[in-house]
Amino acid sequence: MKPKAGNIEIKNLTIRYGNKIALDDISISIPSTGIFAIIGPANSGKTTLLKSINRTIELEPGVSVKGQIFIDGQNTKRIRDVYGLRRKIGMVFPLPVGLPLSIYDNVAYAPRIAGKHSKRDLDEIVERSLRQAALWDEVKDRLKSLGTMLSGGQQQRLTIARALSHEPEILCLDEFSIAVDPVTTMRIEDVLIELKKKMTIILVTNLVQQARRLGDLTCFLNIGKLVQVDETEKIFSDDPGNQLTYDYVHGVFG
Amino acid sequence: MQQIEKHSLTDKLQDTSSGTRPGPASGVSRGTLGAFLTHIRRIRRVVSERTIVCLIYICGVSAVIFVFGIFFFVFREGAPFLEHGFKAKEFFLSPDWYPTSATNKRYGILAQLVGTGSVTLVAMLVAVPFSLGTGIFIAEFCGKKTREIMKILVELLAAIPSVVWGFIGLMVMNPLIIKLTGAPIGLNVLNAGIIVGLMSVPIIVTIAEDAIRAVPDTYIEAAEALGATRWQLVRKVILPAAKSGLLAAVLLGVGRAVGETMAVLMCTGHSINIPFDAKVPFFHVLESVRTLTATIAAEMGEAPRLEANADGTYPTEALHYQALFVIGIVLFAITFVINITADMIVKGIRRKK
Amino acid sequence: MDGNEHTKNLFAATDLIHKKLRAQRTVKWIFGSMSVVILIPLVALTSYLIIRAWPSLTWDFITDVPKQGMRSGGIWPALIGTLYTVTFSLLVAVPVGVMAGIYLNEYARESWFTRIVNLAVVNLAGVPSIVHALFGLGAFVVFAGLGKSILSASLTLAIMTLPVIIVSTKEALFAVPVTFRMACWNLGASRWQTIRTIVLPNSIGGILTGIILQVCRAAGETAPIMFTGAVFFKFVKRGDLFPYKPTEQCMALSYHLHTISTQVPGVPESMLYATAVVLLGFVLAFNAIAIVLRTRIRNRKKW
Repeated sequence: MKPKAGNIEIKNLTIRYGNKIALDDISISIPSTGIFAIIGPANSGKTTLLKSINRTIELEPGVSVKGQIFIDGQNTKRIRDVYGLRRKIGMVFPLPVGLPLSIYDNVAYAPRIAGKHSKRDLDEIVERSLRQAALWDEVKDRLKSLGTMLSGGQQQRLTIARALSHEPEILCLDEFSIAVDPVTTMRIEDVLIELKKKMTIILVTNLVQQARRLGDLTCFLNIGKLVQVDETEKIFSDDPGNQLTYDYVHGVFG
Repeated sequence: MQQIEKHSLTDKLQDTSSGTRPGPASGVSRGTLGAFLTHIRRIRRVVSERTIVCLIYICGVSAVIFVFGIFFFVFREGAPFLEHGFKAKEFFLSPDWYPTSATNKRYGILAQLVGTGSVTLVAMLVAVPFSLGTGIFIAEFCGKKTREIMKILVELLAAIPSVVWGFIGLMVMNPLIIKLTGAPIGLNVLNAGIIVGLMSVPIIVTIAEDAIRAVPDTYIEAAEALGATRWQLVRKVILPAAKSGLLAAVLLGVGRAVGETMAVLMCTGHSINIPFDAKVPFFHVLESVRTLTATIAAEMGEAPRLEANADGTYPTEALHYQALFVIGIVLFAITFVINITADMIVKGIRRKK
Repeated sequence: MDGNEHTKNLFAATDLIHKKLRAQRTVKWIFGSMSVVILIPLVALTSYLIIRAWPSLTWDFITDVPKQGMRSGGIWPALIGTLYTVTFSLLVAVPVGVMAGIYLNEYARESWFTRIVNLAVVNLAGVPSIVHALFGLGAFVVFAGLGKSILSASLTLAIMTLPVIIVSTKEALFAVPVTFRMACWNLGASRWQTIRTIVLPNSIGGILTGIILQVCRAAGETAPIMFTGAVFFKFVKRGDLFPYKPTEQCMALSYHLHTISTQVPGVPESMLYATAVVLLGFVLAFNAIAIVLRTRIRNRKKW
């Protein structure tokens, strides 16, 4: 397969909140193809890992970051336009956040911030993003109503549409199904399978079965340490090659 | 905040994105002029953003600058007095205040200190029980509707300007006190105390209510589960838990009372007098006094600001003006201590919570 | 009641409970009446003032200039003077205060410096108004050379109202959930863009409420303008909207009330009351606006 933009190379990443180590010397290479699933019990540093990729980790108080992250060979620490970097990476967090704007403005937010103001372009972006997030049919008649008034599942898809609005090369989803009903979860999963042709998808999930359904590669984090990265089938097979992984995916702990 | 030089990088990022996959092109494809305009707009945006963020930082520290400024300028005007006429013992311990006497100028503020103290004392005797009672009532004993109405009324009470309070003391309380007590003059400690007490009510009520409502719900639920009535709950659980918050409320009330100017200027009778003596009941609320604030307000208009002589000394007439500023420093120091203490108490509560 | 009945009816009220409830009712009644006692003055005094002022409360009183050494005529120059000082002071205090609030809530990190700034705000709020007056006199009138003028008075008022504007801005911004900011940052918005597009539009109501409350405060204050710009009497044409230059002294309603009630003998009582009522009405009206605004915002939350 021809190399697509959006491969990530994490080298010796160590992140501390004060004295607490959140990530301990992690090195992962995330290829630009397919869905990269990250599993692990609570407090294993999954969310921290995502935040460090788009450098929003720097906004938290008392954080120290060591190590490098390369995106398409570029060291993210050296990128001075951190806002441009963040636009390149779509982020979806566990709890849906509809901004207190209309649905249209929610999706058009990022392009406008980036300086796009032409009505035609924005219309196009809004429709495309909402379609990609499988929300267009439900909201196309009320684009002017408040995004915060949508249901939880719809808001989560709105969040995804917003993340897609700036055509990211990488889409990170952090336990997106926590606040979403199972039907919507399935629809979003379908969306992801469609999207993985276009972009790198990093899926942090607490549902191991979701990782199994979607992931091409799966990575297992435990208490800030990288335990294993491998083909999803290998991880979920009867012999993943690591006792801890086996125990976790088979529900012995976590 | 460091984005000036990286449009080039942004461009590169956008170029790669529009190059690798189909989608609406960014401004670049719309002709050179369009691209140029977009570029200009972006530079302008970045520059204006920088300016604004810079302004925000400057304004952010302005409060510190102003507090130091207040101290600095008040001190600057008062400094010559501290150098030439100031004797700490006389200043704080003598009740003789004759700044305009031709032969025997005296600068003792004991009477004013006592005046401020006595007005504050009466004000707190009026305000504290009623305010705490109201605070408890609003926080614990009344329905939601009543609470809303009460809070609005308290807020309106806080809005009444001090000069209007002074006017009320002068025109309404004055004859009332004369009629009720038979005192020769109604402008006295009692009058000012009641007025200033009413003025301090809103701040005490508000802070006390906050403190009571800050008591963790778990305490309250636990007590309710044990079958306590509301009153038992308030007495045994809420008041002990909110103790320091209530103290802070009272302190802020004291600060308000000490700093009050116009009302006390108009209601105290403005005579230099110490309302204590050896006769029962020792403290005479029906005597006129003068406070620190009122002294400044009343005399500053007549005290000339004079420049120093050629040899650096000041004409003695200038000392009056400077002494008033030194009184200002004293007031500033008193309220400073009160506010810091109250703030530390409030912060302490919040941290515990 | 005897023990037998207790066993029959487990949940019947006992003497103890009756006593407890009685205590509860008494206490509630006591606290309730305390609140009423505190709030009576507000209603009673306002009505009393209005009744006493009624003979003089005419449109003429508001638009006319003082005559016969303030013993008749109206309050126009004072009213306009108050409008001037309040407006000028807001022009300074609002931008500075709002931006300082933004700094404290959005930019400042937990550090000793931020603690000092917060402490300074608390202190600035607690400085007595007469000390502000001394500061205004020392800094603006004398040091900056503005003399006794509307400018000096307004700047003094501005610094006095600043802390409350800062605190109310801070609180209004704080009420906007952090998740919105996170969402915006993740979309590549800078802090300022986030503030401009999401945070400010959703907190503007709270900020406005704080500002309006400060209008009342600035209009009612007397001490800070007494030696920085207010003047006993100034000749102004009746109904003139622009009688003062910023570098001139002006009359002010609050100071006017003070002077005619303490220093001018022989002013008709109803005129005194009418002046007080106009000032009070001005202040309470603005307060009412703020309260209505706040209630409407609370009912129209977007999330």
